[in-house]
Amino acid sequence: MRLRTFACRPLVLSAVALLGAGWVSACNPAGTNTDSTETSAADVGTLKLLYWQAPTTLNPHLSPGSKDREAASPVLEPLAAYTADETLEPILAAEIPTTENGGISADRTTVTWRLKEGVLWSDGEAFDADDVVFTYRFITTPEVGATSGEFYGDVESVEAVDAQTVKITFKQPTPAPMSPFVGGSGMILPEHVFGDYLGANARSAPGNTAPVGTNAFQVTEFKSGDTVVYEPNPNFRGEVPSFTRIELKGGGDTVSAARAVLQTGESDYAWNVQAEPAVLTSLEAGGKGAMTYVPKPAMERIYINFSDPNKEVNGERSQKDTPHPFLSEKPVREAISLAIDRETITTQLYGEAGTVATNFLVSPEKYASANTEYEFNLEKAAALLDEAGWKDTNGDGVRDKDGVEMTILFTSSVNPVRQKTQEIVKQSLESIGMSVELKSVEAGVYFGDATNPDSVHQFNSDLQLFTFDSETPEPDSYMELYACDQISQKENQWSKENSSRYCNLEYDALLDQLATEVDPQKRTDLFVAMNDLLIEDVALIPLVQRSEGYAIASSLTGLDFTPWAASTWKINSWGKQ
Amino acid sequence: MGKYFFKRILIAVPTLIAISVVIYLVLALAPGDPLGELANSPSITPEIRENIRRALGLDQPIYIRYFKWATAFITGNMGYSFVTPVPVSELIWQRLPTTLWVVGTAYVGSVLIAFPLGIISALKRYTWLDQMVTTVAFAGFSIPPFFTGLLFILLFSITLGWLPFIYDSTLVVNDSRSFLLQMKQSVMPIAVLTVFQTAVLMRYIRAAVIEQLTMDYVRTAYAKGLSSTQVMTRHVLRNALIPVVTLIALDIPTVFTGALVTEQIFRVPGIGSLLITSITRSDTPVVMSITFIYAILIVIFNLVADVLYGVLDPRIRY
Repeated sequence: MRLRTFACRPLVLSAVALLGAGWVSACNPAGTNTDSTETSAADVGTLKLLYWQAPTTLNPHLSPGSKDREAASPVLEPLAAYTADETLEPILAAEIPTTENGGISADRTTVTWRLKEGVLWSDGEAFDADDVVFTYRFITTPEVGATSGEFYGDVESVEAVDAQTVKITFKQPTPAPMSPFVGGSGMILPEHVFGDYLGANARSAPGNTAPVGTNAFQVTEFKSGDTVVYEPNPNFRGEVPSFTRIELKGGGDTVSAARAVLQTGESDYAWNVQAEPAVLTSLEAGGKGAMTYVPKPAMERIYINFSDPNKEVNGERSQKDTPHPFLSEKPVREAISLAIDRETITTQLYGEAGTVATNFLVSPEKYASANTEYEFNLEKAAALLDEAGWKDTNGDGVRDKDGVEMTILFTSSVNPVRQKTQEIVKQSLESIGMSVELKSVEAGVYFGDATNPDSVHQFNSDLQLFTFDSETPEPDSYMELYACDQISQKENQWSKENSSRYCNLEYDALLDQLATEVDPQKRTDLFVAMNDLLIEDVALIPLVQRSEGYAIASSLTGLDFTPWAASTWKINSWGKQ
Repeated sequence: MGKYFFKRILIAVPTLIAISVVIYLVLALAPGDPLGELANSPSITPEIRENIRRALGLDQPIYIRYFKWATAFITGNMGYSFVTPVPVSELIWQRLPTTLWVVGTAYVGSVLIAFPLGIISALKRYTWLDQMVTTVAFAGFSIPPFFTGLLFILLFSITLGWLPFIYDSTLVVNDSRSFLLQMKQSVMPIAVLTVFQTAVLMRYIRAAVIEQLTMDYVRTAYAKGLSSTQVMTRHVLRNALIPVVTLIALDIPTVFTGALVTEQIFRVPGIGSLLITSITRSDTPVVMSITFIYAILIVIFNLVADVLYGVLDPRIRY
């Protein structure tokens, strides 16, 4: 029965063609994998991955989210990546540059990478230093609109010394020189594929949907928002991977993705499963697989507005020089922090996917402060407020002082877990005599255009709740979140990151020190000191350090995850029993 | 007839332009931002954000964006999606076959089931047969497809383990084995949609037929000695079909836009799921193109329905 030739022409709009057009699902645009056999999850040669967020592009530098890096990483590789213990592992580099081997210059302004020899792109072309230089140009050309430019801002130039050597020169001595071309934002693109697309036409480059890479797999089929099919890269330098085909299916919801792995065994792996602990336990009872959690450098926290959102100054609310009527008082912030039951939030809402956070800087481990602790104590919180003079003088059930009522507007994005967190916080704060109004904003608006009054950047409420992550084990840029010159205001179109409008000269001084400090021990001390300062001053309230949950079939072997790269970064070593 | 046709098409053009302007304005002015997904990543500095906006053309005023979109739509590639680096037309062509297969088959199936059921329950009205069909029909359109979908998954995929609930769009149908796999993975979404649409259509047909049965011309037809089959096919059905044809003609465009919820539940990569994800990602070019194609189809099928009236009822002349 051959139905494939029928109605492959796209013009099938007419109603008459309805029935016949059904067979078009058989028309494979790539038409290449007719020789591959149909597979089921039981098939040892095929790996089935399930992503509830479907990849939409295979160019990680044009990608709006981590789902796309996940999909790109079986194909594209960076020069190196951080392993779970924060050491660098060379991937396309022959070795890791250090000050000892001369790779990092003594003044810490240049890094010289030596590349592996004999590496080929999947189309047979040779990989060399020019590709690295080209990738730098691709990321930094403004017309391209690349999303991964963060770590390239301090780079003065990238040049190919010879075919196997790349030299990165920084604008000034840098304490964290190993960020460019490392990890997810450092994947190298082939110059011979993207060379003609270095500009506004970058988004129309064919390489975005049919990438040519150096890793163990190549893409044979890509349907945006739906499926990616990978087959082994014949020119791969290393060991042949044990899978002859990987099918990455996207879409749907996270619980049914976990179900497909843990209960019915239809898939082998589901990425970033977020579900209530009880649901996952019942699914794991299916016996087909188990959940694995990888702690991420991401932390759910409550932001405190240090400026008054209810007073308009020069046409803007939350102006940095108008202090908040009560949140600018430290005892009040302390009371709020004491009143929030982080333990309950973590265990009830996150389960194994989270641990109680007490620090601003939660990851990497070596920089996380051991000096902080967390306490849940409603009486102590109430006593603090009494002491600070916040008492219910007019008998309306809400504390007040000098005619100011303690009413709080608490916003977050629309998300079931966040709404439950908001509920828990509201209950606690109301029990110590505050009045709390909750608001949830659709994520596209909340995290979107900064000129929208509901966006997190303007922060026109008193408290807000969301996660922020630091992408690299050298979190220098993450620390700038509370710098005075990063305050988000109308004058900078709310484009800066310090939406709390927290400003502490002591903190800024430490930040300046950090920018030039290269000694590892002193850097650690600085990170800890800065973290402790923020926590002591209650500049924010950390809630939960988040982990990413993966549902994994029990037949899968050789999995290796790191918080600092896509979960698929070592997919070539995965196997199936 | 020709003149009427010409006039209708001429009217359609300004209508469609007006529709496109309205949809575009609504989408452009609605809050939400394709950059929202990037927000809680520290790697997006203000400069990068500005570069991306410029690369997507979001820095230009609305009317220029509208004309750019309109030109791209007319020339066929419909512009580039904000999140996927491919033209919108490519996205739609990629997904149209799956949608037509799943939603189209379901629709054809429900028409095929609803017609006999509707007619029978009209003829045998208030008998146990009619009561039963009516009850089933009410159940059919009272239970929303997402619920039936979940029930089906629970029963056939999890408890019985017969059918997969993840739709594999890479499946190539080239022999009886792969055809069987294709049937297995599409039978649940098709069934869910069929149940719902059959119920709606069947009630409609039943009402239309009952209305005709009490007419004088039916009594006349019986009086002149025609058999009941002849009365049904030659007289009753022909008249009863007019409202039904309108309903079906206006339903056909919805086949194109796919089944929003059902596609999402079964991970069917159709137009419906494309529309949903594009809306959540504020991917204006995709949302715009799909809704506008839908508008065009509505206009076309209205015209088709009007022409069919003339065929069914010779008294209607244009």
